[in-house]
Amino acid sequence: MKKICLYFEIHQIIHLKRYRFFDIGRDHYYYDDYENERSITDIAERSYVPALQTLIQMCKDHPEFKVAFSLSGCGLEQLELHAPQVIDLLRELNSTGQVEFLCEPYSHGLASLANEESFAAEVQHMSDTIKELFGKRPKVFRNSSLIYNDDIGAQVAAMGFKGILTEGAKQVLGWKSPHYIYHCATDPRLKLLMRDISLSEDITERFSSHPLMADQWLDWIASTPEGEDVINIFGELVTFGIFHPLSSGILEFLKAIPVLAKDRGIGFALPSELCAEKSVGAIEVPYNISWVDEERDTSCWLGNVMQREAFNKLYSIADRVRVCGDRRIQKDWDSLQASNNFRFMTTKPGYQYRGIYDSPYDAFTNYMNILGDFISRVNNLYGGADNEEIDGLITMIKNQGDEIEAKDKEIERLRKKLEKYNPTELEEKKPAKKAPLKKVAVKMVAVAPAPKEKKAVAVKKVAVKKAPEKDAEK
Amino acid sequence: MKVLMFGWEFPPKIYGGLAVASYGITKGMVEGQPDAEITFCLPKPCGEEERFLRIIGMNQVPIVYRDHDYDYVKSRIPNYMTPEDYYNFRNHIYADFSYMNVNDMGCMEFAGGYPGNLHDEINNFSIIAGVVARSEQFDIIHAHDWLTYPAGVHAKLVSGKPLCIHVHATDFDRSRGKVNPTVYSIEKNGMDHADCIMCVSELTRQTVIREYHQDPRKCFAIHNAVYPLPQEYLDIPRVDHGKEKVVTFLGRITMQKGPEYFMEAADLVCKRSKNIRFCFAGSGDKYWEMVDLAAAKGIADRVHFPGFQRGKQVYECYKASDVFVMPSVSEPFGIAPLEAMQCGTPSIISKQSGCGEILDKVIKVDYWDINAMADAIYSLCTNEGLHKYLQEEGLKEVAEITWVKVGHRIRKLYDECIYNGGFIH
Repeated sequence: MKKICLYFEIHQIIHLKRYRFFDIGRDHYYYDDYENERSITDIAERSYVPALQTLIQMCKDHPEFKVAFSLSGCGLEQLELHAPQVIDLLRELNSTGQVEFLCEPYSHGLASLANEESFAAEVQHMSDTIKELFGKRPKVFRNSSLIYNDDIGAQVAAMGFKGILTEGAKQVLGWKSPHYIYHCATDPRLKLLMRDISLSEDITERFSSHPLMADQWLDWIASTPEGEDVINIFGELVTFGIFHPLSSGILEFLKAIPVLAKDRGIGFALPSELCAEKSVGAIEVPYNISWVDEERDTSCWLGNVMQREAFNKLYSIADRVRVCGDRRIQKDWDSLQASNNFRFMTTKPGYQYRGIYDSPYDAFTNYMNILGDFISRVNNLYGGADNEEIDGLITMIKNQGDEIEAKDKEIERLRKKLEKYNPTELEEKKPAKKAPLKKVAVKMVAVAPAPKEKKAVAVKKVAVKKAPEKDAEK
Repeated sequence: MKVLMFGWEFPPKIYGGLAVASYGITKGMVEGQPDAEITFCLPKPCGEEERFLRIIGMNQVPIVYRDHDYDYVKSRIPNYMTPEDYYNFRNHIYADFSYMNVNDMGCMEFAGGYPGNLHDEINNFSIIAGVVARSEQFDIIHAHDWLTYPAGVHAKLVSGKPLCIHVHATDFDRSRGKVNPTVYSIEKNGMDHADCIMCVSELTRQTVIREYHQDPRKCFAIHNAVYPLPQEYLDIPRVDHGKEKVVTFLGRITMQKGPEYFMEAADLVCKRSKNIRFCFAGSGDKYWEMVDLAAAKGIADRVHFPGFQRGKQVYECYKASDVFVMPSVSEPFGIAPLEAMQCGTPSIISKQSGCGEILDKVIKVDYWDINAMADAIYSLCTNEGLHKYLQEEGLKEVAEITWVKVGHRIRKLYDECIYNGGFIH
């Protein structure tokens, strides 16, 4: 049976305010409260609320209907502040049990392309948030704007996710169809759900310019070749109401889908259900793909030198921010990372929406001013110690952490071995095995206390970092 | 296609932007269109003009009959004209101008440039244009800037050929709304008679429509272009000031160019940054006022006034700058940022500048928004990425803006006027 996998993204950027260079060092508040409140309430009213209400009704009327969502941390914070009714609706939707929440990086940023640890930390943060809000830890991941490559795949798999959503980009699929379940080339445990670009964009991009009837659209799905059973329709929730006004009848289109799908023998599935199925093969993605623009790559965020400079500068302090433990800094870090900030700087032709900015240069200048202030705040936490010293310490802590982890694993492995060997082998080959066992035991004795010591050292180092700051102030 | 053009300036004698634009337009047309023949009428050619077009010196056209033999005429007229031209003009004198102040050749003298009796010269220019229009064969008339509008109108009335006028500036730009009524009436009369009005930017076109009450159907924005830099200028090395950055204003220091806004922005930048210097190149009626202002703000040590820049100096100045700023209050086109971009210097221009309509790789701010201007200056001086992007992409962008393309666009309008009877039916 063919199954439609519907997924919608809920993300809104926290708008940065007009920040002149003379504010650097004087003003540490970066947000345009008016614009944030205005845009999120507007979007909630015109899009999120009516769309979610429709989806709730659909879930109630059609027990077989299923839909997945992901929330970005930034979007969530905005909703909590200015439009909590949307979160209530999401909870209500969650209580129907026909909904799944996916995980994504908290900031909706590009950390996956820059810094593994920061990326992992963000994902963990979001996963915890989802657990707290909706009571269930997400099993499937979607990166910001579906950015994906083999390395990201491996990392996401290592974090324990069963699957990842990404773009059914022509340059990676080639002749293959997106209507199957694939797996990551670097880690077969991770399933890939590829977006059907054409069928998704019939709704998300073209709905008001090329009016479409739900039966027509479902006929297209029904007429896909036998065996192509997975139809991944991914989009943003703002498709309903913002990209296409409600007057275009897009909610009626949505409402009609379950009934017409039933007529055609088409069902619905959640991403986690699909990820439990068997994969038909690996997909290799050596270069970044995403769901943006015709190129389906990262050129809209990192296409020009300005964007790359901003990106490199931002992630040059990723490690410091991660280990600093200052909550305000980390909150600012999240909102500065949001990929939209980089998108405003794109110089690709045809891109219109730039938030409060009127040109890419304006967006860049404003962002760099804020970033300048932010970086100096972060560096002040480290008492003006020079980069090399701090980076050295951070690397040392990281290396020691890795070492401890590796040793923990080693201990675990040896322990298991020991348990395995103990009962049988001791009896049979007493003289032969005695020596090695002793060695292992000795090794354990030698190794076991070491990590503790090193952990203590690591903690000390963090503590030490604060000390020079005081000295410097004196 | 024969074009009769009236202009007031032409290189190598350059008084302002008009000469450069006149040269570009004619050269672009001749290079791009093999069948274009241009006759260019100047009040007083210096004799060293390039010969891709035919030059007529209005000071060599007789308006009073004088009987001279061939050899005498040959000895008196400059080498860009032949005695046959002289006799041809003499045969088309259409009225008795013997009461006027003519020389022994029956011609009138012009001071050239912009003398005190400019209005007399404009009038004389128009009288002589009547003779030229009667003697010459042409398909269309093209008059550059208001000084030559009366001549264009006269030629049109005499010949019945369509008239295109080229608005390089209006009196509204020069005076910020306090127009000189005589100038205004000349401008308006020229526009009223024109079959086609070419404006150097959409900004100017809107002024023409709004302030001169012209029919929008016959008004077109024909943006200027730039010629690629000659090797001599390309070879000037870019100057690296090490840690210091230089931000330059280059142009007449007058109200129209907005120097005081640049000074305010400079003040804001100086307050926050120790390594940015400002260069005020040019002269003008606000020069001393600006020097005083710099002193009053206490930034005189960081603001430099090198004075008027000539020829190659202009390009040396661009190449020694890290940022070029043109904060004009009202600029019909403004060729300077394009030249700066050719030299690899990123530009900040005011949104009130016509050239902004065809430039994308520049930073545009409102001329009065000194905070935005200061911010843009600071950003260009501190962020390598932005500077590099605008520098590289700016070079590419400006290389695409050529006079040949402008020539083709003008040609299309000509064809419309000649073969389809203009734009208003």
